[in-house]
Amino acid sequence: MSASLSLNVAAILEDGRRRTRRTLLGTAMGVAVILSAFIYAGAFDLGRYVDAVPTIWRLACDAMPPDFSRWHAWGRPLLETLSMSVAGTVAGALVALPLAALAARNFVHTPFIGEPVRLFLNVLRSIPGLIWGVIFVAAVGFGPLPGILALATHTTGMLGKFFAETIEHVETGPGDALRAHGVSRLGVLRFSILPQVLPRLVDVSVYRWEHNLRAATTLGAVGAGGLGLEIVTAFHLFEYREASALILVLLALVTLINVVGATVRRRFLGSVAG
Amino acid sequence: MNALTIGSQAWRPALTIVGLSVMRGGRPILNEISTAFAEGTITAVVGPSGVGKTTLMNVLNGLVAPQAGRVAVAGLGGLGEPGVLREMRRRTAMVFQDHALIGRLPAIDNVLLGLADTRHPLSLLPWPRAARERAALALADVGLLSRATARTDTLSGGERQRVGIARALVRAPRLILGDEPFASVDPVLARRLGGELRRLVVRDGLTAVLVLHQLQLARVLADRIVGLSGGRVAFDGPAGAFDAEAEAAIFSAPAPNGDRVLSPDNS
Repeated sequence: MSASLSLNVAAILEDGRRRTRRTLLGTAMGVAVILSAFIYAGAFDLGRYVDAVPTIWRLACDAMPPDFSRWHAWGRPLLETLSMSVAGTVAGALVALPLAALAARNFVHTPFIGEPVRLFLNVLRSIPGLIWGVIFVAAVGFGPLPGILALATHTTGMLGKFFAETIEHVETGPGDALRAHGVSRLGVLRFSILPQVLPRLVDVSVYRWEHNLRAATTLGAVGAGGLGLEIVTAFHLFEYREASALILVLLALVTLINVVGATVRRRFLGSVAG
Repeated sequence: MNALTIGSQAWRPALTIVGLSVMRGGRPILNEISTAFAEGTITAVVGPSGVGKTTLMNVLNGLVAPQAGRVAVAGLGGLGEPGVLREMRRRTAMVFQDHALIGRLPAIDNVLLGLADTRHPLSLLPWPRAARERAALALADVGLLSRATARTDTLSGGERQRVGIARALVRAPRLILGDEPFASVDPVLARRLGGELRRLVVRDGLTAVLVLHQLQLARVLADRIVGLSGGRVAFDGPAGAFDAEAEAAIFSAPAPNGDRVLSPDNS
């Protein structure tokens, strides 16, 4: 008994040593990969940094003080950017939800549905929002509409993956209870999974909305209208002072959305205690 | 089908199990189990931890498919036959060990989930008034009406268990399956809830199959006791016949995973 016991203990200790060695090896390899990434990208090419600070300083000086004289012309692009972000986020989230259910491994067990859906979400996500912007500007013309479509497409790819992972981590007990009572798969999704994951979905969607507001601005650069177009135009006309004023307006808007978003998220997640 | 005898009375079996075997991860959990559960009675399933009591419950409610054997429902047929499982589930209510409630919903919404099979999954309508009334009455049955609107995760373990029982009662079931339904309530309350269940079983002629941890409660509450040991039925008889000797035989046998269970678990 005691001989076999000490043998077992020795085996467990040996297993612990093996794990430590593996962790050390893994860490060393990780550090090597990260370092070579920095070197390959030229981040340690110190000569390139010499001109950077004076140039940025000159640009900053040219942009001071901010010029708000054209403020009356900014209302429309501001609203365009805001509505693009809201519509793009909601449309993206609504499409993401059913796709996420199909992609969740604990909900759809056959890989013949799950794999293609996961691949599809991957493609939506892999193509940058800016490229989607170019594609949709070509497809439906200039203005906020291609912006909404581009935001929604990329949002579906990102939220779909995230929603699916949230669904995969849901507690199975309440769903089992429903299945034991003869509730269908769709019913389990509606009555057990959705109520459990809803706060997380809202949380991530609001976060994504904040992201989409900034993305909507850059989409303006490829012709999707809004505040971004104004900023790019100001830069092209060397109106750096107007551009800096516009950037301040954008900053105020993003801050406002962050505050609103934080409030919404607190309302949904705040009372989880207990 | 043969009649079961408890005392001098003969009972009609509501559920009959013949030669049931379940493997999990290559390990046999249940090994050619045969027994029957009589209509209008409470049967307690007892046995050491890991012996497959929960697995047996999950076979009965269709969550686990057996490798061999047959579960027959009186008047319906075998569980594997088309349509039988659905009809069986419609008239069954299940009480789970770990409550299986959604913490962020109010207690009454969790009770309403017991009626989820009566609604279309895509309906955006709120729960009908009649359903809410039934749920409220079910909560009153377990003495929790005053906490109906409280978030379930703010309730105590015992209160949550009562919500789980209310979710079963709201279905007005013919068959109640309970996996340690009184595991997290104190002995006094367990007696009370057990007595309440007993009253419903007698009044409505229900059938209850309960996995019970507390052997004292099993003796008081159940009409019959089925004792599992080593994946087999080691005792199957009236609760009155489940004496210290039968108890010792079940709880001192080696558990299926090879570890010995040292002391009987009869808190």
